[in-house]
Amino acid sequence: MTSVDDTLERILDLAAGHFRVPRETLSGDDDFFRKLGIDSLRALELLTRLEDHFAIELPDYEMHGVTDFRTLATRIHARLP
Amino acid sequence: MNVDRYPSLGAALMDGLDRWADHTCLVESDRERERERITFAEFRERALPFAAFLDGAGFGPRDRAAILMTNQSKWLLAAYAIFHRAGVLVPLDAKLAAAEQLRLLAHAKPRVLVVEFHLWRALAAESAFAALAVPLVIVTEAPSAPPAGPGGVRVRRWEDARAGAASIELAPAQRDDVACIVYSSGTGGRAKGCVLTHDNYLQQLHALLSLHPFAPGVRYLSILPTNHAIDFMVGFVGPFVCGATVVHLRTMRPEFVKDALVRYRITHLAVVPLVLRNLETSLRERFAALPPLRRAALRLAIALHGLFGRGRPNPRLARRLLRPVHEAFGGALEAMFVGGAATVPRTLSFFHGLGIPVANGYGLTEAGTAITLDRLDPPRPDTVGTPLPGTEVRIDAPDDGGVGEILARGRTIMRGYLDDPELTRETIVDGWLRTGDLGCLEPSGHLRILGRRKNMIVTEGGKNVYPEDVEGAFGDLPGVKEHCVFAAHYLWKERQGSDERLLLVVRPDPAEYASILTDYVAFRDAIEARNRRLFDFQRVQGFLIWDDEFPRTASMKLRRDDLAAQVGARFGERVAVASPDGATIEVERGVISLS
Repeated sequence: MTSVDDTLERILDLAAGHFRVPRETLSGDDDFFRKLGIDSLRALELLTRLEDHFAIELPDYEMHGVTDFRTLATRIHARLP
Repeated sequence: MNVDRYPSLGAALMDGLDRWADHTCLVESDRERERERITFAEFRERALPFAAFLDGAGFGPRDRAAILMTNQSKWLLAAYAIFHRAGVLVPLDAKLAAAEQLRLLAHAKPRVLVVEFHLWRALAAESAFAALAVPLVIVTEAPSAPPAGPGGVRVRRWEDARAGAASIELAPAQRDDVACIVYSSGTGGRAKGCVLTHDNYLQQLHALLSLHPFAPGVRYLSILPTNHAIDFMVGFVGPFVCGATVVHLRTMRPEFVKDALVRYRITHLAVVPLVLRNLETSLRERFAALPPLRRAALRLAIALHGLFGRGRPNPRLARRLLRPVHEAFGGALEAMFVGGAATVPRTLSFFHGLGIPVANGYGLTEAGTAITLDRLDPPRPDTVGTPLPGTEVRIDAPDDGGVGEILARGRTIMRGYLDDPELTRETIVDGWLRTGDLGCLEPSGHLRILGRRKNMIVTEGGKNVYPEDVEGAFGDLPGVKEHCVFAAHYLWKERQGSDERLLLVVRPDPAEYASILTDYVAFRDAIEARNRRLFDFQRVQGFLIWDDEFPRTASMKLRRDDLAAQVGARFGERVAVASPDGATIEVERGVISLS
């Protein structure tokens, strides 16, 4: 059983890799639209990467109204087996 | 298909379920996986017990029921059941903020709300949730016990919303009875609930089917939200009455949308201009990457299609000449509808050249759905086509150039705004709907849209400038994702009440942002080059680089007022921009003046 913080770390790793930004520049409370310079459709790409990694399914709406990594981590963590 | 004999949407839909019983009604897909496909008969088997449940809960003719869901089968099942009981449907926009949804629910006062679990959870997190006064809430996709409602609100899971009776009679409704109350995405503040009758919808359906007859074999991919007028007609009522199939996807991710076009050999699709423009960009990039010989062959094929198709997009011919392009769209596309905002003529021409029949239309929630549609005979990408059969359009108080406010009249025009007689009187005058849009009618009957009355700019020289005209000149700025033109006074209302200078607001593609900043002289030159193509009174006098996505409605219409307010409020803030090498550049949001 992993913690929300572990999930958050994994998300930051994947986001850094996918959007090619140095991992150390990202933190949980960042607004990822601003920090990664992405729009809502590209944010959905991140969701696809997270699905592959965690082997779970994430509906588009898990991104709805979320702008920071920590909230996203909480939502994803709740879906982990 | 003659729909004139139906007294109501309920009767028309029920007849469709009987008539097309064994045909495929819905395909419910989630990404590459198909969850299920159901026939019209199976749809009926699911919808009627829910209608019986509503009846048992005291829901009857003229009662209102709101739906707050993304596109899926239960949206249509619930809507069917509401019409079967002669109720009034209030379709709400799932992408609005939860507080706004609660505000509209308080305005519409429905007896029933059918809502997806995640949207219900979001409502429950709002402070205004305590004041929710909907007697019965049905939550779909609820894992176990959904969050309880405030006192007096009964909450049931969709699975439990079944009565003992498996069937129930159709409750009769008349043409003049209210069918829907649809909130239009107008300017904020005032809830504008368009009251639409069964006659409004059946008349609209009659007109649309005369241009695009639906039948079994038509496969429509439903990606616009169903609460939106276009999808409601083309992705629900039309297919049900005519036996066509609707495909739902549960995701908007472009890679899955592209897959679905191919997998289901989609024949009809409706999109907003932004999606069309993204498609155009990705196709143009792919064409540019072709080796020179293949590119020349492509140009030849496009020219041949233009020649033999006599200037009209001809999918059958183009599928032979331009096979790979058409295969990427599934190879069966018959018509693609675009509406909800202005589409750049160049984009439309691009698709027409490839033999993809994109029909541009113009409509308002207040007018049922569409007022005009391009018949593509031949295409007129500089216009929004001609009025639908049964709809009249005229220009109010035209100026010397024939430009004035667009008025529309016909049986599809709404009865008025819910509980707002004053706004209704201002909007429908002597039977004519005042659209608030400016345009002119050509001798051929084609309508050209020239902007919004409110957003029009009058220069110091007394010249009228339509922002849309000016924006058109900047449509091909390299590295820019979105752009918009404002009068300076619109952005800084309190500072300079009469500053009519034009400002261009651009949002760079995030990947290009840093390079635009580092080579901003080249960027400024690119703007200036385009500026020079405009009449002198139309030229922008400065530009502003904005890093946030522009605010848009669920149907991707630009919220100009909101963007203006954001720019006005946050102008001058320092923002961090990630550069490609990982460093962060800090810049100030500001206006850069041209010469």
